[in-house]
Amino acid sequence: MTHLDGNAVAGDLAAIFTGDLSAAVATCAGCGATGPVANVMVYEGMGEVLRCPDCDEVLLRLMRAHGETRLDMRGIKLLRWGSAS
Amino acid sequence: MSTTRGFFRRRSGDDERLPPGQYLERGFPVLSAGPTPHTPLDQWDLSITGAISEERTWTWEQFLALPSEDFTVDIHCVTTWTKLDTEWTGVSIDTLLDGVELEGGYLTALCDGGYTTNLPVEDVTGGKAWVAYRYDGDELEPEHGGPARLLVPHLYFWKSAKWVRRLIFREDDEQGFWEQLGYHDRGDPWLEQRYQGD
Repeated sequence: MTHLDGNAVAGDLAAIFTGDLSAAVATCAGCGATGPVANVMVYEGMGEVLRCPDCDEVLLRLMRAHGETRLDMRGIKLLRWGSAS
Repeated sequence: MSTTRGFFRRRSGDDERLPPGQYLERGFPVLSAGPTPHTPLDQWDLSITGAISEERTWTWEQFLALPSEDFTVDIHCVTTWTKLDTEWTGVSIDTLLDGVELEGGYLTALCDGGYTTNLPVEDVTGGKAWVAYRYDGDELEPEHGGPARLLVPHLYFWKSAKWVRRLIFREDDEQGFWEQLGYHDRGDPWLEQRYQGD
């Protein structure tokens, strides 16, 4: 199965974080690799699974059920993005 | 996915075999939560571990030497496609557990790539589940779970874990990859048990 890049979930994440996170920088809790969310691997199907492009570990899982959005970000040690100070 | 929904004429009786909310699929869609593993067969093994009286491990050659069964089943994906009359070859879970005493009512299927799913033991015993290694007369392709996958056709297909390597038996149910996020612990398609609470 081929995967998409992080731009594929830009809209979904924007709805959660009220802003485009494609340029946000994530640090993988597994290997410590750090890079823009736009560069992660995205697998779609039962939900959206974002994986580290360096070690394949799961960074983030997202699904919707019964009118709820469910987000598991345990694979991201740090997420940082620009904001007004 | 190579075919278009609704393009083919349905055969008589097909509708009765579609669980609620499902459509008939002629292709074999590939869903995966991660990269496809390619474990060399000389490094592959299958184990049953955990709350059982005797842990067992089979190499690929030992696994192929176990008594196998050819079976034809309908499969139902929670993303709403159903595929009828799929033909498989595999080893029944009953065969793997022959002579082993179970000390728990649940299991976790653990796969190459880290995927997990949880199941009640009663859903994988009594001739209801297999570790399958052939599909439609050929070796099971990696994208469909080869070299071997769990096959529990009476439950939604995410329970039929691709690339299975360990069956870990447990006294208490422990949620797997999708169940942690809100998918149903059992996943009976005829009861539309898609999400927790269904």
